[in-house]
Amino acid sequence: MTRAEISQAIIDIVNEIVPDEDWSALQPEENLRGKLESMDFLDVVMELRKQYGVEVPEADYGALSTLQSCVDYLEPRLARK
Amino acid sequence: MSKSDRERIVITGVGLTAPNGNNLAEFRSGLLHGVSGISKYETRYFGETLAGLCHFDALQYQKKKDLRIGTRAGSIAIYCVREALTDAGISVDALDKPRTGVFVGITEHGNVETENEIYELSKYNYQTKFWSHHHNPRTVANNPAGEVTINLGISGPHFTLGAACAAGNLGCVTGAQQLLLGEVDLALAGGVSESTGTFGIFAAFNSQNALARHPEPSKASRPFDLKRNGIVVSEGGAIFVMERLDRALARKARIYGELAGWCYNSDATDMVLPNPVRQAECMREAIRRAGLRPEQIHLVNTHATGTPAGDIKECDALREVFGENCRDTYFNNTKSFIGHCMGAAATLELAGNLPAFSDRIVHPTINVDELDPACALPNLVLNTPRQVSKMDAMLNNSFGMLGINCVTVVTRLS
Repeated sequence: MTRAEISQAIIDIVNEIVPDEDWSALQPEENLRGKLESMDFLDVVMELRKQYGVEVPEADYGALSTLQSCVDYLEPRLARK
Repeated sequence: MSKSDRERIVITGVGLTAPNGNNLAEFRSGLLHGVSGISKYETRYFGETLAGLCHFDALQYQKKKDLRIGTRAGSIAIYCVREALTDAGISVDALDKPRTGVFVGITEHGNVETENEIYELSKYNYQTKFWSHHHNPRTVANNPAGEVTINLGISGPHFTLGAACAAGNLGCVTGAQQLLLGEVDLALAGGVSESTGTFGIFAAFNSQNALARHPEPSKASRPFDLKRNGIVVSEGGAIFVMERLDRALARKARIYGELAGWCYNSDATDMVLPNPVRQAECMREAIRRAGLRPEQIHLVNTHATGTPAGDIKECDALREVFGENCRDTYFNNTKSFIGHCMGAAATLELAGNLPAFSDRIVHPTINVDELDPACALPNLVLNTPRQVSKMDAMLNNSFGMLGINCVTVVTRLS
């Protein structure tokens, strides 16, 4: 997946998890994790597991703080997907 | 000795969703005009069956995310509580939240969510790492009541009452008791059911030969009919705003009726078969506690579900309690319209009859083409409503599996 595709994938997941909010203007450096409740964040982890087969261990949760850091973290893990 | 107004509990608000109405006015109109809420229903694994489904707008009081992470029972409870408060003329902002309690009767909870989760897991070869972290908050037994407190910011007590199909009455009784104990000043009490969401209840009743079948869905739920063949499973909810009479009078609340007496007991005999002796004891004691005699009860809402054995046993109990002197006692049944709403049944059925204190009309039992002689109670109101001359007290029966009985007596406030 390209970086743009990964970014869109994250937006799609967050849209699904918190559908009442408008995520279209989310900036790459914004604190995405801070906008999610703890169970919402676990939903993001679960959807990455379900939709893309990516396991994010708890020790790496910090890497999913922003849209930018999500893409950085996931790009090598999704390179062959 | 007469009770003080502080020791008397009244109903001042009604919020409900039933298969044939989303508020008391719609529901009552349906009951007076023969409107059934039963339709064909396709459920996972089991296939086509019949059910009563509710059609309220859950997004009226919840966000999409709330619906995603919560339960159907929670949504039903939230809708009913919000509607009940509005009906009672109490705004959420004005609610004394630490002094408000939520007491919700349930037949069961967690079956729907567990079944759904296992179904989802089956798509991932049953690897448990795909099991949702939402499963526990969805399935804890206090879920429907707890979702209400989160939705409205109520910080008083909340819990559910697991009481099979007597749960709706037990929810109301518990609300009254909490008020009398001084634990709360306002009780939001009743019952809910989401049971149509699990194939298991349909399959289990079917295996028990107790699931109703009929080519015409609206005719399927037919207690007391000679050809009745079982239960129609339905979802629904009803919540009452309940207060001590002194407080209700002080705020000039509209009062639907007084919860004047109740009783709950146990058959202690069988897992599923009812015991009319214990049922009769429960009714008699509820009437006695209301300070009344059987002949002073003007309406009895029967629990009858449409099973061949259960209906007859309840009629046996009714005959014992309401003898020949009860010429002004009329009998009806609400499940013939909406099926069996399980945990919500008793509260919904009482709600649908409360307007009779004003209009003195007893809604009928519908779908009785040929009355079972074993169910031929005197003054059983069949197929069309009956205008009666007296309506001062009504008795609401509810009985459930494992032999749990809960009977309430509600009186018109004079």
